[in-house]
Amino acid sequence: MVKLMNEILAFIDRWSGLIWESTIETFQMVSISLIISIIIGLPLGVLLVLSRPGKSLGNKYLSGFLNVIINIIRSVPFIILLFTLLPFTRFIVGTSMGVRGVIVPLVVFTAPYIARLMESALLEVDKGVIEAYEAMGIRTRDIIWHVMVREAKPSIILGITIAVIGLIGATAMAGLVGAGGLGDVAYRFGHLRYEPVVMYATIVILIIIIQVIQTLGNQIADRAKKD
Amino acid sequence: MIELRHLSKTFESKKKNEDVLALNDVSLHVKKGEIFGVIGYSGAGKSTLVRCVNYLERPTSGEVIIDGAELGEMSTEQLRQARQNIGMIFQGFNLLTTANVYDNIAIPLKLTGVSSSEIKKRVDKYLNIVGLADKKKVFPNQLSGGQKQRVAIARALSHEPEVLLSDEATSALDPETTDAILDLLLKINREFGITILLITHEMHVIQKICDQVAVMENGQVIEQGKVIDIYTQPKNKTTEKFVSSIFPSDIPDTIIDDLEKQGPIINLTFVGHSADQPALSMLSKQFDIQSNILSGNIVQLKDQPFGKLTAHIQGDKVETDKALAYLQEQGVKVSEVKRRG
Ligand SMILES: Nc1ncnc2c1ncn2[C@@H]1O[C@H](COP(=O)(O)OP(=O)(O)OP(=O)(O)O)[C@@H](O)[C@H]1O
Ligand SMILES: [Mg+2]
Repeated sequence: MVKLMNEILAFIDRWSGLIWESTIETFQMVSISLIISIIIGLPLGVLLVLSRPGKSLGNKYLSGFLNVIINIIRSVPFIILLFTLLPFTRFIVGTSMGVRGVIVPLVVFTAPYIARLMESALLEVDKGVIEAYEAMGIRTRDIIWHVMVREAKPSIILGITIAVIGLIGATAMAGLVGAGGLGDVAYRFGHLRYEPVVMYATIVILIIIIQVIQTLGNQIADRAKKD
Repeated sequence: MIELRHLSKTFESKKKNEDVLALNDVSLHVKKGEIFGVIGYSGAGKSTLVRCVNYLERPTSGEVIIDGAELGEMSTEQLRQARQNIGMIFQGFNLLTTANVYDNIAIPLKLTGVSSSEIKKRVDKYLNIVGLADKKKVFPNQLSGGQKQRVAIARALSHEPEVLLSDEATSALDPETTDAILDLLLKINREFGITILLITHEMHVIQKICDQVAVMENGQVIEQGKVIDIYTQPKNKTTEKFVSSIFPSDIPDTIIDDLEKQGPIINLTFVGHSADQPALSMLSKQFDIQSNILSGNIVQLKDQPFGKLTAHIQGDKVETDKALAYLQEQGVKVSEVKRRG
């Protein structure tokens, strides 16, 4: 018993610094790229809806162009995107290594996804309500914000929750460009250096993080249903 | 107040020759303060018609003139302003699900530039009028259909429009709730003088609150006039069908054959005062005949009763003819029922 305790203490002593550091790295990568992706993705989603033929900005070419680009990006697996984008990343942020270097591909990977989920959340909004607001003489931009986005909020939040979980998965590959993070630790120590306990520890942490995020997402979405 | 001139609307379809002519040269005139009903079967073009009145649907040709101004000539901004003077309620209520009753009325007011002190006043005022003052903090999914429609009515009224459009506002409600909502519409029409244009497929709605009615079929208005005239003298087959929907008095042909041997079967139509006179019972006393009521009903139109009886008159030809002439003198409309087959 005492022996086991000692072993656990020794494990924590030896690895906690590394695991803590990589948890922070994961958080950094996820939060920064999430924020940028939302800033790009949400308006893009609105544009996807408005540019549909028959909608207020109805434009076949714009809508066709956006759809093709988003579909192309969304068909490339993240690991390939990461390498394909290397020159572009270097051009944008000056480096393709480290946390900074991985933000660009993470955003390119996530923003179109958020745009799509925004699009489908907005399309789900009851047409009748939108029509009622048009009939009251309310401006299109106000309808977008105060009716469409508002009514879609619960499903947008659930969608973003899923996007975050996807992002965490993608950051596992960030180690390949030296950005670190939990996934990288699990891979390097668990697989390359055969320290399975380290791998299991990181997996447990990942599971906990994802549980927390999903629960939080569900709760916020519930609250958004009536506010 | 509302004038529609030669409105037509074609919905273009991808396939060239399958365009739908939803409105075909419709002209209507709704006077200020009137409740005007449009009735028709599904697909007749009723929704398309009301949606053209506030340009939710742009007519292919024709003019929509509200309070003297033609909507088709307006800029987007002018149209927006004009719409604030035209309230609309719908079959599906169309409330925000993420906002409570108070906000459902307050948000559109805020977005049309009403000051916040005025917003508070108006929300209170109109929630009182629709009888939901105690539900301010409640969300729509906790309300019954009738209550949701009341919120929608309060939302429409809060912009203090001169015109209210209603697209089947009671069609999703049970009969009792329907009557309560119709009473509310009648009340706001009387209290605020709001002109109401409503569409429905239920004769009951027309009969209860409308002054004027238009009957639509295949995108055209096939008959229009005062409700009482349409009831007493329907000129058109479809109109007749709507009228008889509240007087279900079909008598089987075999029974007609049987009864006709002993005397005529007649429909008696009473309007206004003659509806509450015992005309039929007088007959047997004055003439040598016997009358036997087969079916009958009296309904209350908006401002006068209207009744219809189907009766069998037994007696010899001379006496029955005299009896029928007497009825007509009393202001009762008489027509003979013939077998359909
Ligand atoms: N947006 C549209 N695109 C194409 N066709 C349409 C459109 N809206 C209506 N129509 C067609 O126009 C005709 C009239 O439709 P409308 O909705 O006005 O009928 P309605 O009298 O309101 O029927 P209901 O009682 O079922 O609501 C129908 O044939 C319908 O299919
Ligand atoms: Mg309709």
